[in-house]
Amino acid sequence: MPDSVTRDASAKTDPSQTQAATVVNDFVVKFANVNGSGSASANGLFAKSILRMGVPIAARNIFPSNIQGLPTWYEVRVSEAGWLGRRGGVDLMVAMNPQTWAEDVRAIEPGFYLFHDTTKPLPPSMARDDIRVIGAPLTRICNETYSDPRQRQLFKNIMYVGALAALLGVPDTVVEQLLKEEFAAKPKLIDANLNAFHLGRDYADKNIAPIHLRLRASDKIGDRIFVEGNSACALGAVYGGATVCAWYPITPSTSLAEAFADHCKKLRTDPETKKAKYAIVQAEDEIASIGIVIGAGWNGARAFTCTSGPGVSLMQEFIGLSYFAEIPAVIFDVQRGGPSTGMPTRTQQSDLLSAAYASHGDTKHPMLFPCDPAECFEMGAQAFDLADRLQTTIFVMLDLDIGMNEWLCAPFKWDDKKTLDRGKVMTREELEAGRDFGRYLDVDGDGIAYRTYPGTHPSKGAYFTRGTSRDRYARYSEEGSVYVDNMQRLLRKFDTAKSLVPAPIRRDATRRTPYGVIYFGSTTPAMHEALDALERQGRHLNALRIRGFPFSDEVFEFIRAHEQVFVVEQNRDAQLRTLLINEGGIHPTRLTPVLHYDGTPITARFITAEIAGQMKSIETMPTPEKAQ
Amino acid sequence: MTYIAKPKFRHPDLEPNARGFTRRDYEGKVSTLCAGCGHDSISAAIIQAVYELDLEPHRIAKMSGIGCSSKTPDYFLGASHGFNSVHGRMPSVLTGANLANRDLIYMGVSGDGDSASIGLGQFAHSIRRGVNMVYIVENNGVYGLTKGQFSATSDKGSKSKRGVVNHDAPIDMVGLALQLGATYVARSFSGDKAQLVPLIKGAILHHGAAFIDCISPCVAFNNHDGSTKSYDYVREHNEAVNRLDVITGRAPIKLDQEPGTLALVQQHDGSTLRLRKIHADYDPGDRLEAMSYLAQRAAEGEIVTGLLYVDPEAQDHHDYLGTVATPLNQLQSEDLIPSASALDKINESLR
Repeated sequence: MPDSVTRDASAKTDPSQTQAATVVNDFVVKFANVNGSGSASANGLFAKSILRMGVPIAARNIFPSNIQGLPTWYEVRVSEAGWLGRRGGVDLMVAMNPQTWAEDVRAIEPGFYLFHDTTKPLPPSMARDDIRVIGAPLTRICNETYSDPRQRQLFKNIMYVGALAALLGVPDTVVEQLLKEEFAAKPKLIDANLNAFHLGRDYADKNIAPIHLRLRASDKIGDRIFVEGNSACALGAVYGGATVCAWYPITPSTSLAEAFADHCKKLRTDPETKKAKYAIVQAEDEIASIGIVIGAGWNGARAFTCTSGPGVSLMQEFIGLSYFAEIPAVIFDVQRGGPSTGMPTRTQQSDLLSAAYASHGDTKHPMLFPCDPAECFEMGAQAFDLADRLQTTIFVMLDLDIGMNEWLCAPFKWDDKKTLDRGKVMTREELEAGRDFGRYLDVDGDGIAYRTYPGTHPSKGAYFTRGTSRDRYARYSEEGSVYVDNMQRLLRKFDTAKSLVPAPIRRDATRRTPYGVIYFGSTTPAMHEALDALERQGRHLNALRIRGFPFSDEVFEFIRAHEQVFVVEQNRDAQLRTLLINEGGIHPTRLTPVLHYDGTPITARFITAEIAGQMKSIETMPTPEKAQ
Repeated sequence: MTYIAKPKFRHPDLEPNARGFTRRDYEGKVSTLCAGCGHDSISAAIIQAVYELDLEPHRIAKMSGIGCSSKTPDYFLGASHGFNSVHGRMPSVLTGANLANRDLIYMGVSGDGDSASIGLGQFAHSIRRGVNMVYIVENNGVYGLTKGQFSATSDKGSKSKRGVVNHDAPIDMVGLALQLGATYVARSFSGDKAQLVPLIKGAILHHGAAFIDCISPCVAFNNHDGSTKSYDYVREHNEAVNRLDVITGRAPIKLDQEPGTLALVQQHDGSTLRLRKIHADYDPGDRLEAMSYLAQRAAEGEIVTGLLYVDPEAQDHHDYLGTVATPLNQLQSEDLIPSASALDKINESLR
């Protein structure tokens, strides 16, 4: 899946001869590092300093399933226009890892820059004559300045940040302020880091000729925040009233549970007793995690687990129990590359089918699809109301790209008037007043029955929960008609869910068009950029972003209203397309898959090229009349 | 499993307990297990224990997995909520339920297939977390519901009804529970109600992970000669180390006349376990001694029963997690949802 569309940048000509026009606030810097070398904090400092200049960025980690010694990359896309998807291509490659030289050098756009540690000369085999090579003797300066090997390593990273700051034009004050905030508790480190920063900056000022990439202070950030989706989901769980979290470590969801612990410590500790208004259990596996969640949900606490594809596979039997015994549960599925161990540190949207129809027998489960951390927060909270309302498992489907990368997004919002919707729970008073209680009795016609919490009433409202068939009053029954009655009610309940999950969001083209495109989740920013690029090519598409499953009628109306609908997703088998065909009875030919699944986040270039190519071939296809 | 409810009429002279409940109020539906099944005796023992402790039935939650033993919660405490969950996964469901409401009593009923085979991992981890529960394994050494396969507690060399010999080493649940840190460990026999009822009462009053391995012969598939879980075998090889009486905080404690054979153990909630020692040298307060004694007797082919270990100062999962005294499922919006201004501060820190 090459990002095949080349950029119409000004510098396609021989870089050594021409003075290219300066590119301001619109380029991609990529850092190639070795993991475990302390580069993450230096790279983060670089990214944040651009944000503080008021310039939007999209930052992404591309990392191995490893702790130390393997290649890792950090990509910072600077975009005054505010495009937050991956663009594709690199304009300034900071190549700090000899292992990946060849591919790193290859990724640089013609006419743009390779920055390297000049302590050792460039291997001649790696030279490209259409790029510009710059650098600083980072290792030499570090060895001359520091005696401690760890300092030599760590400060080398800060030093290249200093050099880049000089080359691109990051004011010292911005970096100073960030370091002060970062090391407020350890003031000694502020000066040490600033020294290293200055060493790099001074070297670049004196020795490196100006480059044609430039940062300029702007005002495009507004009140936006920069945060990881996993942390946002965890905060959503706090505001959504979750009190029980049971989880098992798995990349890329681990940081969600850890963030929940951090948030709870601050927000859910009783100020007087110092006791916890939450319980977090690192379980022995994913099966126990979902078991604990279901036990807690059955007993009236809001509970969740967070996991990834392999965990969802292990939880299948319990998810079926939650569906059939109607027990609220929330699962955050931070998707990664599958199948099997697959690509555990790479992103995909490939669990849609395994989540939608998880477990044996006839089952289906509502899913929410956040497109950024702001929606992770919103849907992270909403999931718990939905789980209680629908008395079933709710999946929040994010992915590694949103979950583990910091995204620039709208600030979290909360209305203090909001209270928890506990759904249909019959109280002691209602039971005492003689209200009829049938655990599986559809009294309101929405497929949702009342439940009672254990311990509610000394003689009324107790029932026996089981995964086996039972009648409306929870009495065991193997009668075919009783079973069918219950299964039909569960379908009615799923139908009710349609209007409760977040509605899709439509973006219309500037002109009438027979083309539509459907997308969801982390594809969103790249999709928006691609729509803009296609529009400029004269290719118009109406777009619909799906945010929930079951699909609302609006989704199918959108499909019916267009001759051809592209479905853009990050998996091999077009899983969203399959769901649309299956749930809406859509004819497969109406839905054209656009699939990106190499484990890297989808790019605007890729979507633009794929859709433009497909549209071209559709347009040149002879119509039946012409063929005659 | 049945939907046949027991008739509601009762003898007018049935004696109510201190809470006004008769024994009938603690019964469940009519059992569908085989006539003579040990499990039904255990259900009866549970009913008696709860009746004698004057507990309100709705303050108890019954949890189980899958199998003959896991069906039994339908046959006792009909006024309690029950949860017949997934095979081998009762411990995790119970753990979650307990986290949600620390004020209820959790009674996990399982079998040797459910807990020693498919659910060994969950058994182990719920014990090591110190979940406050009564965990009863109705141990018959056989899969009854699928008609007579060996379970992981079947003795090496034991013969199935079809004549197959088991070559796999048995798992001793009591030994495991001791090793894993259970704070109340007992073994009993479904045919010995006098021993079993007080053991269940002590387990209910215990604040921590209480485990009872209850040998419960399977009359259909594992009660023949050659079985080490048959009524005859257990009666012949049962070696009780002590006899237990449980005195709740409400009842006056009477001291026994024979001090040499009596041990009093005061539990967290004020109840007293009164141990009449049959083996004067057996100390149920010493985990290592208990493990070594069990191993020695097992080598002689004896099944040691009684209260094998108790830590009266035990802590439970909630103590370790430091959770608030109010059950988590009773916390309201105002307890759980931070303010919009707290969120604004978080937003500020992310800029």
